[in-house]
Amino acid sequence: MIMKRLLFPIALIVILVGVQLVCRWTGTLYYLTQMTMSAYYSLVVIGLCVVMGYAGQISLGHAGFFAIGGYLAAALTTRNLLAFQNTFLVKALGSAGLLASGQDIYGANTLVVTPWAACISAVVIAALIAFLIGIPVLKLKGHYLAMATLGFGIIIYRLVLASTYFGGADGISGVSSFQLLPGLTVSGESSARVQNYYIAWGLVCTGMFLLGNLINSRVGRALRAIHGSEKAAESIGVDIARYKLYSFVLSAVFAAVAGVFLTHYNGSIGPSEASVMKSIRYVAIVAVGGMSHLWGALFMSVILNFLSLRGVFGTYDDAVFGAILILIMLFAPEGILKINLGAKFRAVFSRREE
Amino acid sequence: MAFLEVARLSKQFGGLKAVNDVSFAVEKGLVKAVIGPNGAGKTTLFNLISCALAPTSGRVRFNGNELRGKKPHQVAELGLGRTFQNIEMFAGMTALENVMVGRHIRSRSGFFASMLRMPWTRPEERQIRRKSMELLDLLGVADYADVDACSLAFGQQRAVEFARSLAMEPKLLLLDEPAAGLNIYETAEVGRLITKIRDLGITVLLVEHDMSLVMDISDEIVVLSFGETIAEGLPNEIRNDPEVIKVYLGE
Repeated sequence: MIMKRLLFPIALIVILVGVQLVCRWTGTLYYLTQMTMSAYYSLVVIGLCVVMGYAGQISLGHAGFFAIGGYLAAALTTRNLLAFQNTFLVKALGSAGLLASGQDIYGANTLVVTPWAACISAVVIAALIAFLIGIPVLKLKGHYLAMATLGFGIIIYRLVLASTYFGGADGISGVSSFQLLPGLTVSGESSARVQNYYIAWGLVCTGMFLLGNLINSRVGRALRAIHGSEKAAESIGVDIARYKLYSFVLSAVFAAVAGVFLTHYNGSIGPSEASVMKSIRYVAIVAVGGMSHLWGALFMSVILNFLSLRGVFGTYDDAVFGAILILIMLFAPEGILKINLGAKFRAVFSRREE
Repeated sequence: MAFLEVARLSKQFGGLKAVNDVSFAVEKGLVKAVIGPNGAGKTTLFNLISCALAPTSGRVRFNGNELRGKKPHQVAELGLGRTFQNIEMFAGMTALENVMVGRHIRSRSGFFASMLRMPWTRPEERQIRRKSMELLDLLGVADYADVDACSLAFGQQRAVEFARSLAMEPKLLLLDEPAAGLNIYETAEVGRLITKIRDLGITVLLVEHDMSLVMDISDEIVVLSFGETIAEGLPNEIRNDPEVIKVYLGE
């Protein structure tokens, strides 16, 4: 039992280190860049997996939460507050040590929010928005919930596209690196590639640890019970509205954290990150992974995101994910790891993993 | 005051009076049955008592608590459990996990403690598992603990459902047609289960069609017809009540 519980985490760590070493020996370290980005997208996917696969609630707006995290981090750490330096708010932030002065590429003085303060406020605001949206929206079921969350995603997309503060169609670029701890910095510089690969995957491992614990606990069982039968779950004392809401907020926090980190890693964020196609992509990946299968979702997320980021799907990128969603719903609603063909597939892969 | 008190309860769906001015009481420790022909409003009555539906008028008091305006999960926390006519198993969970969900209100670990697997969640988890196994054992389905609950035979699912509602340690259990869809052997088994449940000190209110089962296990019976109470009394009185005979057998 204990062996079984540790099998996947150990396999994951072995693979991660293996990939890094192989890339180093073969001189293909540039693959780590896409692996790092895949890791951040996977963080969104595993959070969404808990909401969709375990609690049984669909969200077609998770790119919105990713964008809230990413855009707030980007805007707060790049928008110059020098013009407002005499206002009470900016003074207060400054004396609390939440602001940093510097120079932009033209040599002009800047005053911006520090990455840590920006990160925390971005995640807290995303959580707050998820909470406020979730209260009314999670009363809906099935198609209605899908449409309402889709609507939310579209609103966020149009807002970032329409607002000059968020850079409109260009998005925000020139986002600084994010020093987590001395010697540990989220940045896209090629010298920091290996470090960032491990930062990203460390975050995913932490996420998997937290969510893995959650689904195997009293709370996880309650979420799965809601999925199984809301009637029975509430008759047994599960506060279904609260559990749905908390799992929704939790997944929004995962998405927002991913948004913050990937934005610092890329040094920029654009409106495509908030687009509906991104949300559908996350849903498609959770579905391919088998809905209520955290490890399946992670596995498929890495593969599909990596291929997508390497440009394998070319200009058909979005079409590929749309097609995947349709095919999965038609032929393997339990995810491709659960069909018989998949069993062989899995056997092949598991041999390689061990 | 009675343990469960249903007072002038009515529920109207559009023009249909599904439950019309129904009053009765259930004393602690008894098994009481609600019987009546199809469409008499029995399941609606259960939905009103468990607050899955809000009544049009009237009230329900349980163990000194007014239930009006409460949500189903709050009613559950007061110690009122229920089962469903078409067994509502939690799909995709094993029989044991189904019962473990039943321990929900008797355990406390929240989101953060669960995610971090705090030290105090582990003894609680062990206790949930042990208690749930005991109940599966009590109901004779311990062998199927690790089987997907939905793949079990109907009778076994019924037993798991009983175990699940017993896991919450209810004071009162509402059983909605516990013998529906069961053969005579399974029905007899359910009869024994209900007696076991009463022997645990749990008050039982059940809706049932199977007359022999009802006559066997009930201490008192209420008869509904077209949403109204037409008789209430001991099994023997009900058996010989001309009004009841008329409703059931025709004139």
